[in-house]
Amino acid sequence: MVKWTDFERATIQDIFSKIDYGVIGPAALSRCLIVYPWTQRYFGGFGNLYNAAAITSNPKVAAHGKVVIAGLEKAVKNMDDIKTIYKDLSVLHSEKLQVDPDNFNLLADCLTIVVAGQMGAAFTPEVHAAFQKFLAVVVASLRKQYY
Amino acid sequence: MSLTDKDKAAVKALWTKISKGADAIGADALARMLVVYPQTKTYFSHWPDLKAGSAPVTKHGKKIMAGVAQAVAKIDDLSSGLLDLSELHAFQLRVDPANFKTLGHCLQVVIATMYPNEFTPEANVALDKFLSNLALALSERYR
Repeated sequence: MVKWTDFERATIQDIFSKIDYGVIGPAALSRCLIVYPWTQRYFGGFGNLYNAAAITSNPKVAAHGKVVIAGLEKAVKNMDDIKTIYKDLSVLHSEKLQVDPDNFNLLADCLTIVVAGQMGAAFTPEVHAAFQKFLAVVVASLRKQYY
Repeated sequence: MSLTDKDKAAVKALWTKISKGADAIGADALARMLVVYPQTKTYFSHWPDLKAGSAPVTKHGKKIMAGVAQAVAKIDDLSSGLLDLSELHAFQLRVDPANFKTLGHCLQVVIATMYPNEFTPEANVALDKFLSNLALALSERYR
């Protein structure tokens, strides 16, 4: 059972209330595909991922970025039981999508950089720590059903 | 994942834009790492103050960025260019090399907060590769 301080709880709610899902989701996913190109292995059906410009303007990447962030919103709304809420998502990633769970950390790092870029000086070390903790719980929950 | 000519050009171009703010970047990245990854505090038990803005953190952030500047200058041969720093980290400081990745990530987060327009995905991938190679060069003398 994860214990959240009042500050951590408020910080996560605040971040997700302020970010534009339509921008942040696609930006994080496309950055991940550019910075860690081996992650493209999971997106064979997405068409042109040939270079950074193609990835950034790819409509399937953008659409999927929104799917990913919608999934994160579930965790934001259920911070006290992310493990249970993510059970089906974990099974999906493990059994159907067969994603190497180390990739979750890569996407988490890119999301952190995108949110940091958006928030600027407001992304203080303390806010960063809360965000990092939240993503660590999300990643652990997504890993849970792998065997 | 060695650096291509394109990577080196991108790193140098980014460095030109951010180097004036290097001291601030270093101080923020170090302070941030100590907060976000508290296990890193174990290397600084001899400091009276670990808070952002404190004298030891500010001074040390500057020192770290001087090392990064040295790496940018020696980008064509990081292993030999950073030999002295590698020996320092291997024999005296004995920092676990896993922490190089951690600090590298914090540096990139800080650059994203301070230079969001310059830190494009293309600049990101080049810098990430550079910092990985820097970490490898720093680890050179460990064993």
